[in-house]
Amino acid sequence: MSALDNLRETFRRDQVFDFMRQGTRPVLPGQLDSGTSKNILYLEDITVSFDGFKALNDLTMYIKTGELRCIIGPNGAGKSTMMDVITGKTRPDSGTCFFGQTLDLTRMSETDIATAGIGRKFQKPTVFPEHTAFENLELAMHGAKGPWHSLFTQLSGEQKNWIEETLYTVGLLEDRNKVAGLLSHGQKQWLEIGMVLMQKPQLLLVDEPIAGMTRQEVERTGELLQSLAGKHSVVVVEHDMEFIRSIASTVTVLHQGSVLAEGTMEQVQNDPKVIEVYLGE
Amino acid sequence: MRDSTFKSAFNDRTAKTFMGVLFGATLLVTVLNQLFPADSALHVSAYTVTLLGKYLCYALLALALDLVWGYCGILSLGHGAFFALGGYAMGMYLMRQIGDRGVYGNPELPDFMVFLNWSELPWYWHGFDQFWFAALMILLVPGLLAFVFGWLAFRSRVTGVYLSIITQALTYALMLAFFRNELGFGGNNGLTDFKDLLGFSLQSDTTRVGLLMATAVALAGAFVLCRWITGSKLGRVVLAVRDAESRARFVGYRTEHYKLWIFTLSAILAGIAGALYVPQVGIINPGEFSPLNSIELVVWVAVGGRATLYGAVIGAILVNYGKTVFTGIMPEAWLFALGGLFVAVTVFLPHGLVGLVSEKWDNIKSRFASGDKSPGSENAVEGDPS
Repeated sequence: MSALDNLRETFRRDQVFDFMRQGTRPVLPGQLDSGTSKNILYLEDITVSFDGFKALNDLTMYIKTGELRCIIGPNGAGKSTMMDVITGKTRPDSGTCFFGQTLDLTRMSETDIATAGIGRKFQKPTVFPEHTAFENLELAMHGAKGPWHSLFTQLSGEQKNWIEETLYTVGLLEDRNKVAGLLSHGQKQWLEIGMVLMQKPQLLLVDEPIAGMTRQEVERTGELLQSLAGKHSVVVVEHDMEFIRSIASTVTVLHQGSVLAEGTMEQVQNDPKVIEVYLGE
Repeated sequence: MRDSTFKSAFNDRTAKTFMGVLFGATLLVTVLNQLFPADSALHVSAYTVTLLGKYLCYALLALALDLVWGYCGILSLGHGAFFALGGYAMGMYLMRQIGDRGVYGNPELPDFMVFLNWSELPWYWHGFDQFWFAALMILLVPGLLAFVFGWLAFRSRVTGVYLSIITQALTYALMLAFFRNELGFGGNNGLTDFKDLLGFSLQSDTTRVGLLMATAVALAGAFVLCRWITGSKLGRVVLAVRDAESRARFVGYRTEHYKLWIFTLSAILAGIAGALYVPQVGIINPGEFSPLNSIELVVWVAVGGRATLYGAVIGAILVNYGKTVFTGIMPEAWLFALGGLFVAVTVFLPHGLVGLVSEKWDNIKSRFASGDKSPGSENAVEGDPS
């Protein structure tokens, strides 16, 4: 008799189907479920080693929904590797990496991760050099991305407006028909940020956004990133302390592949461990 | 923006000019061949007609390669294999058409099978007595091979030199296989001694002219198709894959699907080229699978200029014309000339002849117009972001 009870217990409707439980909503596979939690990204105990060198060592970090988080750390601290893990470029040896409640990023391809809502700007600006600024944004645009669809699709007026708005946001409206390979380094950085925006991501990963920019451009980038926070969650990796101080609310310091300190810029700057490895010369 | 539909690709100026020149030349040759008697000074011989038809087949093959190499950045060194497979499919149809007119007079079996003492037709030869079936196989066999090969290669992210090497190995392996008599494709003699195609004798001048025209139509159709694809968003994604594949992945494109799509289409075009080639030259043998052929093909496209489509066509025709002339004068030196040509183009003309001409043209234009932005000529690289 108890066997039958066990069997029934196993197949209880409200437990077999997650979404039938109270307080949960059905989520389509591949879609972000941010749930009721305040976090959007969960990195737990992530270790990545290259030939014995641990680029990431038990890294645990959470990113809140809508926050602007800066990540600093000396060279080789694992900042870019962390970005690689989140975007699926590198698979961790161990640890978990969840986007929202259900998406296990360690099992998804780069494309799936991008589609699920994580956009990335690389350290070295990577745009499509032989396409115009406009076309770069068009290619990055959120929407169906299959070959068959691409063959027949035509830009709607709405989409054109959206691309133009984004061009305006990143200050490239005048250079819209310029081939991206001919843009200045700073403009390429912006174009790439624009491309990330066109993906309508929930989470933006921005790797060294101000390298090669003039002072004014730096200021505008800071404003842009701040305006994005709230609607999106933004993670910025930077070396420039001045810049981080001007934009950041929360700073995470990485060192040798794990989190050394986390807090406001002030707290971090006064942390003796941080001073020892990074700030104090 | 240049968002092209199929109709606009058909109507755009490059395509119109291309078709104008192509059909103009074809019609001229036809008229000169058909209307003038053989002793007239204006008469064009059937040999020239067939030669031109052959060049156009090569041009179609070059167009197919330009699509994968110029636009998608996949340097296939095995495209000759798809060409040869299309050719064999056509050859099998032509063999079945011989019927009992062969040397051994067997109504069912081609001569080489009788010679090998085979008693019945192998299963894969069935159906080839029907033209529609052969036509389907001309598209399906190269397409399917490219699909399976590409699916395995692109999914495993094999790119660059490694991909080139395995495509080369593919065509080499097929060559060795087709050399074997047991495979049932006529061994090293291949398929030949064709009599007629759809009831038209292959020896008659009218059929030859008809084949030339069919080839011109196929080439024009393929050109418009490629213009349409490269002008659409699909074309822009493909270029993006060529220039920055990982970026394309990070904005959400499954780049392997795009490559597979283009690679398969290109193989089908190559197969059509092969199928049109075989009735004109009258033979298909395993030599067509030779890796050297595929490399020569790359040279045509490089000489003409990559990623312009018409550059590949021009390159194919020019180099093959050169080959015809050169091998007539001193055949043993042709390979050296070809190699030298490839080196020269790589070093001095990275954009090929078309790139050179459009560059010179732009210079002249800017000298005369002094900054005035007049619309580009047919020679200028119009609408192509290269």
